[in-house]
Amino acid sequence: MVPFPRFLTGACAVASLLLVGGGVVVASPVTDSLPALRAVDHEGKGNAAAAKAWGVIAAADASALPDILAAMDGANPLAANWLRAAVDAVVAKAGGSAKLPVDSLVRFLGETKHDPRARRLAFDLVKGADPTRADTLLDGMVEDPSVELRRDAVAKVIARAEGLKTAGKKEEALAAYQKAFAASRNVEQIQTLATAIRDLGGTVDLTRHFGFLRNWQIVGPFDNTEGKGFAAVYPPEEKLDLSASLDGKEGKVSWQPVETGDEYGIVNVNLTYPPPAPPADAPPAEGPKEGLKGVIAYAVTEFVSAEDRPAEIRLGCKNAWKIWLNGTPVFEREEYHRGMEIDQYRMPVTLRKGPNTILVKICQDEQRRPWTTEWEFQLRVCDDVGTAILPPASPPTVAK
Amino acid sequence: MSRLLSLLIAIALVAPSLPLLDDELRADEWLEFRGVGGASRVKEGSLPVELSAADVRWSVDLPGRGLSGVLVVGDRAFVTTSEGPTQDRLHLVCLSASTGKILWDRQVWATGRTMCHPKTSVAAPTPCSDGKHVYAIFSSNDLVCFDLDGNLQWLRGITYDYPNVSNSLGMSSSLLVTGDTVIVPVENDSESYSLGIDAATGENRWRLDRPKGANWTSPVILKPGLVALQSKKGIDAIHAADGSTAWSYTEGADTVSSSALADGVLYVPSNGITALTLDPADPAKQPTQAWRENTLSPATASCVVAGDALYTINGAGVLTAGDRETGKRRWQLRLQGPYSGTPVTDGKHLWAVNEAGLVQVVELGAKEGKVVATLDLGDEILCSPAAADGALFVRSNTKLHKIGR
Repeated sequence: MVPFPRFLTGACAVASLLLVGGGVVVASPVTDSLPALRAVDHEGKGNAAAAKAWGVIAAADASALPDILAAMDGANPLAANWLRAAVDAVVAKAGGSAKLPVDSLVRFLGETKHDPRARRLAFDLVKGADPTRADTLLDGMVEDPSVELRRDAVAKVIARAEGLKTAGKKEEALAAYQKAFAASRNVEQIQTLATAIRDLGGTVDLTRHFGFLRNWQIVGPFDNTEGKGFAAVYPPEEKLDLSASLDGKEGKVSWQPVETGDEYGIVNVNLTYPPPAPPADAPPAEGPKEGLKGVIAYAVTEFVSAEDRPAEIRLGCKNAWKIWLNGTPVFEREEYHRGMEIDQYRMPVTLRKGPNTILVKICQDEQRRPWTTEWEFQLRVCDDVGTAILPPASPPTVAK
Repeated sequence: MSRLLSLLIAIALVAPSLPLLDDELRADEWLEFRGVGGASRVKEGSLPVELSAADVRWSVDLPGRGLSGVLVVGDRAFVTTSEGPTQDRLHLVCLSASTGKILWDRQVWATGRTMCHPKTSVAAPTPCSDGKHVYAIFSSNDLVCFDLDGNLQWLRGITYDYPNVSNSLGMSSSLLVTGDTVIVPVENDSESYSLGIDAATGENRWRLDRPKGANWTSPVILKPGLVALQSKKGIDAIHAADGSTAWSYTEGADTVSSSALADGVLYVPSNGITALTLDPADPAKQPTQAWRENTLSPATASCVVAGDALYTINGAGVLTAGDRETGKRRWQLRLQGPYSGTPVTDGKHLWAVNEAGLVQVVELGAKEGKVVATLDLGDEILCSPAAADGALFVRSNTKLHKIGR
């Protein structure tokens, strides 16, 4: 648990002065109650004490809002939610946004050391009280560590770009779009910007912007009949030897290099292991060509980090999968064909300086429906904001 | 004397606590998904048959999207919503049932995954209430308990606790509270559980391993302290106090539409509809199969039960009436579909709201059904309506409407 920062910035309205040991200590029912909310943990731990403390905090004057928001710094997600709900109660008790301590909230918002979601909440409170001031604040937030604040700031840049485009100022519009693209960490916004830039004749490197990994070594297929291969331990999980010949589902298999040309980094395993050709007299298949079924492949890549650092591995995959980083299991999920999207799974990891080995086990089941053909994944390495972490001297993506 | 009548008399004499008798249908309450017993039944004559635009008493903008159903507790209506670019801002909103004024709005952030199919939403499961508190869950498996005045009692992050509890298409199973236990089904392809959670503290009473497989169905209270959990394998009757299994029906069941209980009979979407007659003296004993009728298969909407009939809507929007005693099909009527929400009935009429927001009132005859009134809300409606205070409460991705008195 991160120590609770006792910022006594605004709770004085509910504080009283006590003489303790000859010194003066500011005692505040709010700040005294916040640790109980921060102490909640898994499986309901601390809920009872938190409920009592919540009642005290929810009854506070609006001047306590910066303290309540600051208590979110380093708090676990459950504690942050206790605090989040208290903010609603305090704002309602104050009679709405118009009666909030806007200057204090703006100061809190300006301190980027605070929890990104707490800062976003402070922004929303300011916006409710003074929309014009909030809108002006966004101009300095295109590189903000809060993904949502950055998104709104980038949206303003996009709006300006669209105005320039409408006015026929294509060069200036393109420059504005490119500025927005470089800053954006929101997937839908990035995709919209890529289209806008290309429409104006510009170029974008989506693969590099996201940090998708394109180059892999793949081996398979291994057996996944009745889904039993998910739990089975095949040789790549025990020892990585890219020169080895391994026992696959239907004979010896070996590692093959694969470089995806998809700009969103999708590695389509069906292309590496196409299904057997149908008999010559078979009627033409309707819909997508069905790939192998009841199979497993492994994909491995080496990711070079310039330093020891925290990072996120983000995966999109509609097949069951497991991931290891440097031989250590990161996460696994046994779910087939429920959908795939960019950043579907976010996994905090620690990269070590130099080469890091990322191993993916990707499992295909035996369903035979039009939506169960895909056997693929997309993986990127980024920070917690979504900024791509690129290996040193990483070259731009060459279109394939 | 018919078998059904005999059964009703037996229930009334032996087990007065068994749902679903008329005296349990309170006109001012709708405390869970599909109301008492999940039968979507209201007292006869409690809803307006003639409908016009003037019957829309109020429509209120909601702070976010969702398709969860509405609760009505006295003069308060409760609904969940989700908003933000990733739907990670989760709201529980309390409104005046009579005026639609928002009385309070509490938010938490999603601690679990918010990915879901675009047609659904993170605010998909319907909350429940014991009359003093509201328990709400979201597709991210964030679970909260507030009192009726908006004071937070406890919260949980089920996926925060058990990281593989999720569904990439979205979760939608609704909650129940019985006695002092909240029933929390979070069944999915991977880490598949149902939990019994202490209604006072939010701590686990029990956590039950459940069949692995995506499951969007909702539980049903068989009697106070005994609930039916539905999965692809069938039905398990579970003691709410300790999670122990009273009995199991193992002949499979749907994973979308849910079962409904009425007058001691559980109508299960299994091989069409299978009627399981509970032991009137002790519903914890293995039930007997009264009948099975495969022509009554429901689609997304669950079956509804009232009078001497039950009703299902198939994927083509065809309403089918079946005889409750035999399961035999009585008549069919093509409605304007499609439907995601389960209709409401008082036994004489049925109120069905299709995805385009068209309310169709069907007169339920012995030999045929007839649409006698319609009202176009002009709003996409995917929720199952709630009925209380002489009105229907339906919500869209943007609004909550009250239709009726």
